[in-house]
Amino acid sequence: MSDSKVLVLIQQDNQTVAADTLATLSAAKQLIEKTVSGEVDALVMGFECSAVVESLKRCDLLTRLLVADDANLQDGLSANLAEVVNKVASDYSHILAPANTFGKDLLPRVAALLDVEMLSDVIAIESADTVLRPIYAGNALARVRSDDALKIITVRSTAFDKMSLDGSSPVNIVTLDCPIDAQGTRLVSRENQVCGRPDLISADVVIAGGRGLGSKENFTLIETLADKLGGAIGASRAAVDAGFVTNDLQVGQTGKIVAPSLYIAVGISGAIQHLAGMKDSKVIVAINSDPDAAIFEVADYGLVGDLFEILPKLIEAV
Amino acid sequence: MKVLVAIKRVIDPYAKVRINSDGSGVETNNVKMTMNPFCEIAVEEAIRLKESGNASEVVVVSIGSPPCQEQLRSALALGADRAIHLETDQTCQPLVVAKLLKVIAEQEQAQLVLLGKQSIDSDNNQVAQMLAGLMKCPQATFASKLEINGEQALVTREIDGGLETLQIALPAVVSTDLRLNEPRYASLPNIMKAKQKPLDIIDAASLGVALKPSQQVLQVLAPSLRQAGVMVDSVEQLIDKLRNEAKVIQ
Repeated sequence: MSDSKVLVLIQQDNQTVAADTLATLSAAKQLIEKTVSGEVDALVMGFECSAVVESLKRCDLLTRLLVADDANLQDGLSANLAEVVNKVASDYSHILAPANTFGKDLLPRVAALLDVEMLSDVIAIESADTVLRPIYAGNALARVRSDDALKIITVRSTAFDKMSLDGSSPVNIVTLDCPIDAQGTRLVSRENQVCGRPDLISADVVIAGGRGLGSKENFTLIETLADKLGGAIGASRAAVDAGFVTNDLQVGQTGKIVAPSLYIAVGISGAIQHLAGMKDSKVIVAINSDPDAAIFEVADYGLVGDLFEILPKLIEAV
Repeated sequence: MKVLVAIKRVIDPYAKVRINSDGSGVETNNVKMTMNPFCEIAVEEAIRLKESGNASEVVVVSIGSPPCQEQLRSALALGADRAIHLETDQTCQPLVVAKLLKVIAEQEQAQLVLLGKQSIDSDNNQVAQMLAGLMKCPQATFASKLEINGEQALVTREIDGGLETLQIALPAVVSTDLRLNEPRYASLPNIMKAKQKPLDIIDAASLGVALKPSQQVLQVLAPSLRQAGVMVDSVEQLIDKLRNEAKVIQ
């Protein structure tokens, strides 16, 4: 065991720190606890992002907060961000980011620039060089040791607690000069789905619908139940492909990984790929007309029946 | 424009994965193998680019032991023009794969490299981004829409909050998400024709890339199993259980 110097890449939108980042900070904390000594720095890359710097500057975990504030970083394009990370990487033993579309898009590019392999979607940190990560849609776990001098890791947010940013010690702020413009990539548009419900990944309750809902209109039953329980809505791939909901609500191996206190799966058969995204939920409820559906094998409470009869009663009762 | 598509042979996504009793890996003998689903989508997109007159040639490449030629033949049967097999018995990690693909992309002078966003076995989601980094070219990952306009591509990406559209200059690397297209099936005549299409075999070790992995899988474990739960008979009973037993609702 030796010293570790960890850099956490902060996901933000020039205004606020993304919730997934707070879990990444916890993973960084665990990492230095497993080594003799270590420090954690964070890197903010954006444009006019002083509000983000403000919210991180009392985080007790951090020694330094590196800030790259430049117009070319405004849109968070990985081609630019990777060059910024590349400039500071030689000071660190580990670079961490959340395993969401931000981290997944950015970190492999960083790893290639630095000529090292990386570790994706890590669920546990066992030592400075050994991690646990799911493979085969979560049907197996691999304990992997990296022999690279620099470890580049994306962290599964549901596997770590969220760190509080309300510390007491002021963080040393270091401003980076980075006139970087990776030419050839331009953001044309970005549409965020605004639904007013809790964020799917961090929600305490998730109500998910599948093909069994039959139509986009019927999906309002899921929405109504979610609203009564203060939960988020999720969906199976079948429901997304059928156009019932937008793709950012897909739960599964290739969508979002969630682990809420309560997951209610309605009209979802429970394919391997869907289970990969929700089987670490604390309590799973399955409502399905098919008593042989695979979802019942992981459900704590199962109810066999017609969802169009069950859902209105459930909405009424909660 | 020449399009290079990288494909991977993996365990069928619907097969049950069995972990070896010694914890060294998962059982791959006598298990159904197939083309990684995301790679199929990449092949389909390349063929559509050819059909729409945007691509002049579609070259497919796969890295691995000789059986991965079956997946290359499948891609040829779907409409790819030519295949390259980079033969090695070594399991190549993503950066090694990206380095090998860079050599081929440059040899072939491909304007567009299409890959799946992740393979469903190792679930890394790395190779496309690494390849773009090595080639110092634009990347557009998790693509659900791809449009070629001369020297530029317009790519709609699936991101956590919704969608975003990037304009990227070619050459570029694009990785496919599930909603990019619906892959076609190969017809029997096309499967027969695919047997005549060129398939070059190159020793991966001859390309000047070190294949030795820098990561070691120490152990493969089974995830903890969930206890089978109880079936309830009514909504009232369900609510009662959630309130008083699991205490997850008020």
